[in-house]
Amino acid sequence: MQAMQITTRVACWWMIFRTALEERLAYRGDFALGTLMRFLPIVTQIFLWWAVFESVGGGNAEEGRLVGYTFRNMVAYYLLSMLGRAFSSMPGLASVTAKQIREGEIKKYLVQPIDMIGFMLLGRLAHKVAYYTIATLPFALVFFLCRSYFDGWPTPETMAAFAISLVLAFLLGFFLDLCIGLIGFWFLEVSSLLFVYMLLNFFLSGHMFPLDLLPSPWATIVDYLPFRYLAYFPAAIFLGKVDPDRLWIEVGIEFLWLLVMIAVARFLYARGVRRYSGYGG
Amino acid sequence: MLAASGATADMEVDMANTDKKNSAKPSQYKIKHPSYLGVYLTFARNSLVRDMMFRTNFILEAISSLAWSFMNIGFYWIIFEHASSIGQQTGWGKYEFFVFMGTTWIINSIVQAFFMPNSEEFSELIRTGGLDFAMLKPIDTQFLISFRKVSWSSLSNLVLGFMLLGISLSQLMQRPENPWQFEISMLVLYPLYIFCGVSILYSLMICLAATSVWLGRNQTLYDFWFYITNFSRYPMEIYARGWGFPLWLIFTFVIPVLVVVNVPARLLAQPLTPRASWEWPLAGFTLLAAAVSILVSRWVFNTALGAYRSASS
Repeated sequence: MQAMQITTRVACWWMIFRTALEERLAYRGDFALGTLMRFLPIVTQIFLWWAVFESVGGGNAEEGRLVGYTFRNMVAYYLLSMLGRAFSSMPGLASVTAKQIREGEIKKYLVQPIDMIGFMLLGRLAHKVAYYTIATLPFALVFFLCRSYFDGWPTPETMAAFAISLVLAFLLGFFLDLCIGLIGFWFLEVSSLLFVYMLLNFFLSGHMFPLDLLPSPWATIVDYLPFRYLAYFPAAIFLGKVDPDRLWIEVGIEFLWLLVMIAVARFLYARGVRRYSGYGG
Repeated sequence: MLAASGATADMEVDMANTDKKNSAKPSQYKIKHPSYLGVYLTFARNSLVRDMMFRTNFILEAISSLAWSFMNIGFYWIIFEHASSIGQQTGWGKYEFFVFMGTTWIINSIVQAFFMPNSEEFSELIRTGGLDFAMLKPIDTQFLISFRKVSWSSLSNLVLGFMLLGISLSQLMQRPENPWQFEISMLVLYPLYIFCGVSILYSLMICLAATSVWLGRNQTLYDFWFYITNFSRYPMEIYARGWGFPLWLIFTFVIPVLVVVNVPARLLAQPLTPRASWEWPLAGFTLLAAAVSILVSRWVFNTALGAYRSASS
């Protein structure tokens, strides 16, 4: 009986996943080109850091060092953080969640035997899988063109930690954005809150610059926030910036953050549904 | 749309008056040209009235664009904690670069306040066929399309830009070598080159929007705009090396976005003497580039109107 239930459940999840995947692949049109365009700002970043490293290195960019980063490390960092963001960024998740709450659409989860958070997670997973099937090519092209900025492949152990950190970044990014969206139960209009959150996320995740550059009190504060795992942490693992002895401890901390955010999301959802009055729809 | 319909009503009243006068003197039948300044002020007033209807939203918009700017200051502040200047011997130290950044904000906020909402709507008008109505109005179509709306909240960055400029220049007065000195010529040249920069960006934007006539829908307009203007946000010296030379040439001489911020910022931030020999030719070139850009945008706009086939109206 128990086993039977689990197979039906898995079949249900599989169906949700497949539907969402097909829906996503219908819009593949200018996906690949759009992904390639997204690398263009890195061109200006390369030249900016080239100039900065030149002045640090006294005329020779190759000689310059910034908190242990060489110029090539810095460019590699930006490329890797793009990869991290490809996993952890959840475009539209928070705003769509808030909108569904505001417009009463979430009633359908309350009357159907489907868990809303699980449903959304599967939808996102399908979204990401669809994205990777198309975005792999432009990503591979850019990384191939920029291969001279990398110091070769890291050890298998580091690669494993890197891959795990990317998967965890996807899950952590999902639950963080979901929590922001669930605030919609308490506030009707969250779009400006979302904008500020997006900016903070951009800054604190290390998407804008490597977090090692932060001066002392800020560096410690950022270390205690979950955002650093969204872009900085995977890139830092790949570049060997994480102390090998602490590598798995750090991955463990990321996992703990994930558990915390899952709990927070569950809590917010349970409390939110209790005060939800189902307007509209 | 509200702003537009208000102004249109005004123009219709204007036209009616003209008709009355004309019927009194039929022998001198002459269309009275609308007062462009008057029409523009009406547009600006209507936009402000509309913005003030949603006051909280207005304030939030202003705050969020300021937040982005503060984050940028933070980023460069951190860079200058580690490096003394951007590029060696380029003269772009911390406060010189903040003058550059202030100039970027001033120019970008002018473009975002006065032209961005209009270009966005232009693409939409082409797609929906609403352009028919704009072409029927007895006023220059490019004027009508370019100036219809003003996004007042975008001007918050203008204020911030001037503040940053003030703070940085007062710091530069204590610069050990060549302390910053006020020159009368700056009062004329700086606004002149800001105007040139805005003209170049405006032309580029209208040209991009006009391509909707051929492409049907131009959703990536904003993206493309962002990626091109992204190049203008940094001192041009940083591109003049290695494989950056082709980029430097293209974005200076073909799509002149590099001179937009660089020329006015340089004028203000770098000491007047000694000037490098290439700076005056570049300043002259900027004037030429601005004039040519405006002419090109006019030509592209008219060509686009010629190719426009109304839609679904």
